[in-house]
Amino acid sequence: MRKSTLDLGTGTFVLLGFAALFFLTTQTTSRGLSFGSSPHYDLIAKFDNIGDLKVGAPVSMSGVEMGRVAKIGFDPKEFKAVVTLRMEARFNQIPSDSDASIYTQGLLGGKFVGLTAGGADTYLKDKDHIDFTQSAFVLENLIGQLVANFAKSSATSDAAAAPKADAAAKSDVAPKADAAPKSGTVPKGPAAVPVPKTETNP
Amino acid sequence: MNILAELRLTVVESLSELGAMAHFLLRLLAACPRALLKVDLITKQIYNCGALSLVIIMLSGLFVGMVLGLQGFELLQRFGSEEALGTAAAIGLVKELGPVVTALLFAGRAGTALASELGLMRATDQISAMEMMAVDPIRRVVVPRFLGGVISMPLLAAIFSVIGIYGAQLVGVQFMGVDSGSFWSQMRSGVGLRDINEGIVKSCIFGVFCSLIAVYEGYYATPTAEGVGRATTRTVVTSAVVILFLDYLVTAAFL
Repeated sequence: MRKSTLDLGTGTFVLLGFAALFFLTTQTTSRGLSFGSSPHYDLIAKFDNIGDLKVGAPVSMSGVEMGRVAKIGFDPKEFKAVVTLRMEARFNQIPSDSDASIYTQGLLGGKFVGLTAGGADTYLKDKDHIDFTQSAFVLENLIGQLVANFAKSSATSDAAAAPKADAAAKSDVAPKADAAPKSGTVPKGPAAVPVPKTETNP
Repeated sequence: MNILAELRLTVVESLSELGAMAHFLLRLLAACPRALLKVDLITKQIYNCGALSLVIIMLSGLFVGMVLGLQGFELLQRFGSEEALGTAAAIGLVKELGPVVTALLFAGRAGTALASELGLMRATDQISAMEMMAVDPIRRVVVPRFLGGVISMPLLAAIFSVIGIYGAQLVGVQFMGVDSGSFWSQMRSGVGLRDINEGIVKSCIFGVFCSLIAVYEGYYATPTAEGVGRATTRTVVTSAVVILFLDYLVTAAFL
């Protein structure tokens, strides 16, 4: 009789312990119940600047989560960030001329990749490249741009303002006039190629 | 001169203590494979260490979580981001408070029981009797207790964290009115599998060291009433210091 209480107690304890571990891994993380890998396919997008995009960040279209960032690499020839997007297999009808942009969740939240559907009849397949990308919105660059515009408009004499405006313009990632949406890779000066070292984490 | 000599003696003593403990750990590990066959003995120790510690762990977890919910809410409210309470509580519990507080409670509840039990066995010559009967006391008595502690500790820490999260939820959502949906969804997006892993690794390491210290102090206790008492005290003190020190090391390693 005593032996059975002991076994019952131990069994309950071990069961509770594993239930707790299960709860922690499935309920407190975004992993859910997916053990191993569900069917998926990979898309590749090259960005000039990914800001603080992290592996595991969501990929969404119209606000619906369709996949996650699986890998972030670097292309040493083009000096671009190579982001591998792991899409769920059921979302397999994404037009091949869709574009990918990096957005921020909330005001200071993490980054995520947003897809905007194009109009092509062909769909993106595994290992396809997304050609149209738009970089992360980096607060410092925006401020730099603002300062540059300010300097330009307030400068009445070109001779006095030229060096200042030139210096400020160099720090731009995307000069506003050139950065029409869907222009593919945004042109920019060589000074802005590396990802900024200062992170804008809260 | 006297102080220097004493200092030297202390250093030598603590070093040899450390060496003896490492040697003891190796002996335990060497005896583990054969002791693992004695499932009954290990089950009994899991019951002693784990199942009997369940109530204190769950109660402490609940209150730690509730305090975390209250304090976190108070602080986050100032920035208008009380929805982040779920993330804050979960990360704090899973990574730090869960493993550390569980280990400290474990040292106090199960470690002392192990040490005094083994010390009393030593004092009443039961261990010598086993040696006389050619039963290896390490394999028969010490290793099952050690393994019981090692297995129980991560499970206890996980239970602590879960109860703690519910405690924080109780205070945050039920009492303070944080939105339930954002509490859980922010937690889900803020906590990664890596954080859970860190907690599990920590609790496993603490389990090994807590159990080791307890069985070591008990096994080598001076066979007197006073010696058993001292062994128990030393178990708690050494475990607490070692846990907090290792916690720093593991946290640094995971960053």
